[in-house]
Amino acid sequence: MIKAMDITVTVNGEVFQKTIEPRLLLSDFIRHELNLSGTHVGCEHGVCGACTILFDGMPTRSCLMFAVQADGHEIRTVEDLGTMEDLHPLQEAFQETHALQCGFCTSGFLMSILPILEESTDLSEEDLKRAMEGNLCRCTGYQNIRDAVQLAAEKMSSGGES
Amino acid sequence: MMAKLIGKRITRNEDPRLLTGQALFVDDVELPGMLHAAFLRSEYAHAILKGVDVSAALERPGVVAAFTAEDMGDDWSPGPPLVIPPPTIEDVEFYTRTQVPLVKDKVRHAGEPLAIVIAENRYIAEDALDDIVVDLEPLDVVTNIERALDPDSPLVHDDLESNLAAHLVQEKGDYAAIREGADKVIKRRIVIERGIAGAIENRGIVASWDNKQQQLTVWDTTQSPIPIRNGLASMFGLSEYQVRVIAPFVGGAFGPKIMMFYPEEVLLTWSTLKMGKPIKWIEDRRENFYATTQERGQVHNVELALTSDGRILGLRDDFLHDTGAYDPYGLTIPLNTQCHALGPYDIPNFSSDLKVVFTNKTLTTPVRGAGRPQGVYVIERMLDIAARELGIDRTEIRKRNYLPKDVFPYDNIIIDQAFESFVIDSGDYLPAMEKALKLIDYEKFTKEEQPKLREGGRRLGIGVVSFIETTGVGPYEGARVTIESSGKVNTATGVGTQGQGHFTSFAQIVAERLGVDVRDVHIVTGDTAQFHWGTGTFASRGAVVAANAVNAAALIVRGKVLKLAGDLLETPEEELELEDGVVRVVDDPTRFISLGDLAQRSNPLRGAVEPGTEPGLEATAYFGPKYGATAFGTHAMIVEVDPETMMVEIKRYIVVEDCGTVLNPLIVEGQLHGGVALGIGNSFYEKLVFDDNGQLLNASFADYLIPTAAEIPTIEIAHQVTPSPLNPLGSKGVGEAGAIPVPALFAQAVENALDVDGLEILESPLSPLRLFELFHGEEKDA
Repeated sequence: MIKAMDITVTVNGEVFQKTIEPRLLLSDFIRHELNLSGTHVGCEHGVCGACTILFDGMPTRSCLMFAVQADGHEIRTVEDLGTMEDLHPLQEAFQETHALQCGFCTSGFLMSILPILEESTDLSEEDLKRAMEGNLCRCTGYQNIRDAVQLAAEKMSSGGES
Repeated sequence: MMAKLIGKRITRNEDPRLLTGQALFVDDVELPGMLHAAFLRSEYAHAILKGVDVSAALERPGVVAAFTAEDMGDDWSPGPPLVIPPPTIEDVEFYTRTQVPLVKDKVRHAGEPLAIVIAENRYIAEDALDDIVVDLEPLDVVTNIERALDPDSPLVHDDLESNLAAHLVQEKGDYAAIREGADKVIKRRIVIERGIAGAIENRGIVASWDNKQQQLTVWDTTQSPIPIRNGLASMFGLSEYQVRVIAPFVGGAFGPKIMMFYPEEVLLTWSTLKMGKPIKWIEDRRENFYATTQERGQVHNVELALTSDGRILGLRDDFLHDTGAYDPYGLTIPLNTQCHALGPYDIPNFSSDLKVVFTNKTLTTPVRGAGRPQGVYVIERMLDIAARELGIDRTEIRKRNYLPKDVFPYDNIIIDQAFESFVIDSGDYLPAMEKALKLIDYEKFTKEEQPKLREGGRRLGIGVVSFIETTGVGPYEGARVTIESSGKVNTATGVGTQGQGHFTSFAQIVAERLGVDVRDVHIVTGDTAQFHWGTGTFASRGAVVAANAVNAAALIVRGKVLKLAGDLLETPEEELELEDGVVRVVDDPTRFISLGDLAQRSNPLRGAVEPGTEPGLEATAYFGPKYGATAFGTHAMIVEVDPETMMVEIKRYIVVEDCGTVLNPLIVEGQLHGGVALGIGNSFYEKLVFDDNGQLLNASFADYLIPTAAEIPTIEIAHQVTPSPLNPLGSKGVGEAGAIPVPALFAQAVENALDVDGLEILESPLSPLRLFELFHGEEKDA
């Protein structure tokens, strides 16, 4: 059995070289090896979506991949969006519409929605639902998240995108 | 004083941290040398434990320790009960049987922990669980609550004569007598199944004993950090000052995170004290389905006695409540059920025989709603049936039975969850109903639209349901408000926070009283080192009990500010105002002093603080109501049922909510949205399925369906404000309100949509399959 493997992965623009166990989940790697704890883990079986990250630009469940599969790939996590002092328009929209309560599922929603808005800010009601239905939220009832995505689309289409 | 901030739609102070991934959750705690725990859990629901051998696990590289019940020696003992049974009810029977830290002799539900393994990382700890050899002798299992009291049923607790955990009869008036003369008596059996709370964050604990500081620190996803601290100190012979419990940001709770003590809380603490190393345990989702508490689970035999014009003469509700394998939470849930079966109605005669039963299933403790949805389901369904049988409109029968608004405070005689007489403090039910009917256009829908749609073969239905919610029960909460020399304000409370917006709604109160910016008020929740008196976040009480304590403390600080500023500015207090972080003379705004300067002057480095005064601009205050504040409202919905697939689409959803003074409508509406969403899950999607062996058949989010964005409609909300006379802010709780009436409403609307003679929905949750069976006359294939 291989005990350790070397990987090189780019996370939020920074290149990391790490030696890890091949069975280490990507979610655990991000959270506990890189200490990027903004990515959360809710079910570890790929349903809740809380651990969603961007893997080469695509929303991906980090709990369903091994870290070694990220070798040579590029990852973005919630830490790559805005800062507390300077929120990304999508984050601003979440605050303005009260689209989060406990905030545990929020990073997953942000990372699921971000690439959709980056591709097009012209979303139909149906597009919206589809963008969101892969993530579970138990606090908000989703309504304010829908509003947030719409508001973010407005902000991003009017050039507020960072 | 005109409210400038209280009641305003203010975005939340806590959001930037949460949105950028900078908020600390328990699993984010990383300590040097930290070890990781995993629990071996019983696969059987009921079995004699003959032995647990952890020796092979201990040989696995990376494993540091493994413990069984035997290893705990004298430290092993069943947990203390969390809520004592009510002493105020005559002839109450209650058999306290509380959960154990690790199973010693007998397993009573699947998922009970048998051993703990502690290793260098979680992967190794979980591997080592497979090394443990367990000798279990399976026993017959009792899962069905109606069979639990059969004489030949297996016993969950062998020292008891039966599976009866509690028996309690509550009476108001004389139901038996009034039944005799009633024009109409309706009898039905109603079944409500179990579900989970489903917080997206599972439970988690980090426990760390620092031998040099002689200090225990426990990060815990609990709703109740202070009782956890006190309990752990008492359990392990430590001073309360040696124990610090921190409930940091918690990823949703909805009730089960107030349960204590979970075996894991005891084991992690015991292990760190024994080993002197920090240890982390993070529950996985499968464990959450077995080891975190659940709720609902009741069977009711109900009778409603009425006059021919639909006035309620009396209600009889005899029911069974499933407590699972142990009963640490006492009678809170079924007492809520009894109280809420009375609802907003004038029910002069009531009789309720409650039997709580043990089963070989996970424990039940409150989940958002806490027994209230069941009570509301019972009375609302019975009123629907009565309306149909008496030929009265559904909304009319409710209007005829509402308590009138001049009867409050209204004493319902029976005992509530606080063990006090169930007194409703205030209410005004009719306008809430009228508002809902108008918003959903009940007349037009039922008289014009629905008949037309039905002619076209479409099955649309409407529902309208009223409810009450007892909120804000005691005993008390406290808060300490401090103006710092920066002019910013720190406010520490004892409650925990799991998304309710306390960092903002409490800040609004303080900012209003002290004339500072909401963003300059820092709220501390859930850290016993910052505030150590209080009980926790439960029973929709934060905005009532904690908020009024915050208000009281802020008002005392305001008094201190005015006194000191009055002296310094040589101006009578009544001629001063607090605005923009300064105290200024109303008529001469050039004369002012900032709160920061005042704070410094109140805490000098030289000179003397005058006798009889205290340094600093700080105050601690408490609020403890004898009775809770009762919120209420009406929900209405329009649904369409697809007769082929039996899927239900919610076309419109209206909430008219009266939770007294609204501190922040943005937050209140968010609470209602989330509550309704959980209620929709409870109504149609979420049901825990146990087989006859006590095995949970849907223990994952792939099999147990929490609603997604595709299932939850837009929820239209209207407010009505009937302030509670029981607290200075006039607030009532709203945390559970959204969830409470939904199953009753859903059943009514779907029944109305199906429109089949004799089809009655008397169960919750429904599902497309179950609707298909009901619609096609219960033709079930084996």
